[in-house]
Amino acid sequence: MTLDDILASLFPDGHEVRNDNGVIAGAATLRSGGRILVIGVSDRTALGVDEAIRLSAHVLDSIDRGSGPIVVLVDSDSQRMSKRDELLGLNEFLAHLAKVLIHADMHGRPTIGLLYGHSAAGALLATGLATRVLVGLPGASPAVMDLPSMAKVTKLSMTALEEKAKSTPVFAPGLSNLEQMGAVHMTWSDATSLADQLEALLADMPAARDRRDALGKERGGRPKAADIAERVRDLALQIR
Amino acid sequence: MTAPLSHIAPAERARSTSFNEASARTRLDLLLDAGSLVEFIGPEQREVSPHLEIFGLPEQFDDGIVVGHGRLGGAPVFVAAQEGRFMGGAFGEVHGAKLTGLLRAAREIGSIPVLILLDTGGVRLQEANAGELAIAEIMRAVMEARSAGVKVIGLIGGRSGCYGGGGLIAGCCSALAVSEAGRIAVSGPEVIETNRGVEEFDSRDRALVWRTMGGKHRRLLGAADVFADDTVQDFREAALELIGLIGPFGLDRLKAEQGRLADRLRRFGACQDAVDVWTVEGVAHAETVPELPADQFIALADRIGRSSRDAR
Repeated sequence: MTLDDILASLFPDGHEVRNDNGVIAGAATLRSGGRILVIGVSDRTALGVDEAIRLSAHVLDSIDRGSGPIVVLVDSDSQRMSKRDELLGLNEFLAHLAKVLIHADMHGRPTIGLLYGHSAAGALLATGLATRVLVGLPGASPAVMDLPSMAKVTKLSMTALEEKAKSTPVFAPGLSNLEQMGAVHMTWSDATSLADQLEALLADMPAARDRRDALGKERGGRPKAADIAERVRDLALQIR
Repeated sequence: MTAPLSHIAPAERARSTSFNEASARTRLDLLLDAGSLVEFIGPEQREVSPHLEIFGLPEQFDDGIVVGHGRLGGAPVFVAAQEGRFMGGAFGEVHGAKLTGLLRAAREIGSIPVLILLDTGGVRLQEANAGELAIAEIMRAVMEARSAGVKVIGLIGGRSGCYGGGGLIAGCCSALAVSEAGRIAVSGPEVIETNRGVEEFDSRDRALVWRTMGGKHRRLLGAADVFADDTVQDFREAALELIGLIGPFGLDRLKAEQGRLADRLRRFGACQDAVDVWTVEGVAHAETVPELPADQFIALADRIGRSSRDAR
């Protein structure tokens, strides 16, 4: 689906969402009458310092003035790979965007990520993976690392990697693999109204507590994460 | 007469031990009050990565990270130290989950600071999806802990630097101490060169790497508030200093950070090189910064370096 299709299906009652060179910012009215803040990255744009600072500004303004949930639409490249971005401290700009989203989510502005295209690496951490519930749309193609790059680093052939990818979701790109990890909570249908699916999710939002490791265990993608985290937590709590 | 090693005062050993060259365990042993480190799920439990076997790669019994608790200046602290010599300190499923669990406990207790000795190339590629998600969970856990009043301090000076998602975790910490070797970035030099060409970034130009991503630049830019010389004792003193400085976290911090970062783009957004940034900051003979010894650099940074205090 294109961004316009998605916005039309999500907000049939209209919206004020602008796409300015790949930076999505605006707001819309929910069917319930409430408002929802919309931010995101479109057109497979790389997330650099200039994009990230505008997105975090939009969320911070809304924390002061607005109410309601926040949706983060994602069709990005990875972080912008450039000398300038790293010189200026890209890690701080991406972390800041994630922090603002996490803070909003913890303080009455529940966050939903909607991954409708590509995303990768630092861009995914600062957007979709910084939301409470990350939803995938059919056709979304997240990739922490693409297979050709992985072949280079691991010195394995593409054929060998593709063979291994069939038996484990842990390294290969793709929406279903991230779903098995617990990173993507659910995949929506693009054949029915996105507004219906959004309203259903908002009516039944999970608690703000991060349960992605438990999801990954239930789905068989991450056999150890939830148990290890829980054991360390228990041991650490004993020192009180 | 030469005293046996065990009789040398711990502070003396810490002062003569390079943080950069030490292992994760040695760093923690010498950083904390002598003998106070207690590890959670240590190597004797052999909780190895469940994924490396697929690639025929050797596992490590602690999956490349030590987590535990100890004392610093008599007060309890939680600690996590990545071992940069095992798979570049990269985040895998087990490695990341240990830190997540530690941060969740710290949040529940609320009053015990967490020291994270970051030494990482980022996500471990062989378990990329699990590693990426582990970093997202750690970022969330850091922010929940900070919101509950926990001070989370990053100490960065290891061989692998602090790259990829490690850079984002560093950005979430309450404060950072960094040494010259503590390179902090998202994309590593080789990644930029591979994707954008050698004209954009020549990864073999080590001087370029250090002045663009290294600890001196991060300190002058205000990304790190303390610059430490490369000894474990210096990092110990930096941690103690930062624990004393960090105030409560809240929305005002995020607003101040927005202002701080926007101001950085206005001031330095057109700079082509770190030397230009330092010149704009007011450093005379900025091109000599990479050669300055630690004490002279610290004096310079304290005079004109920027700060992220109360703005991160």
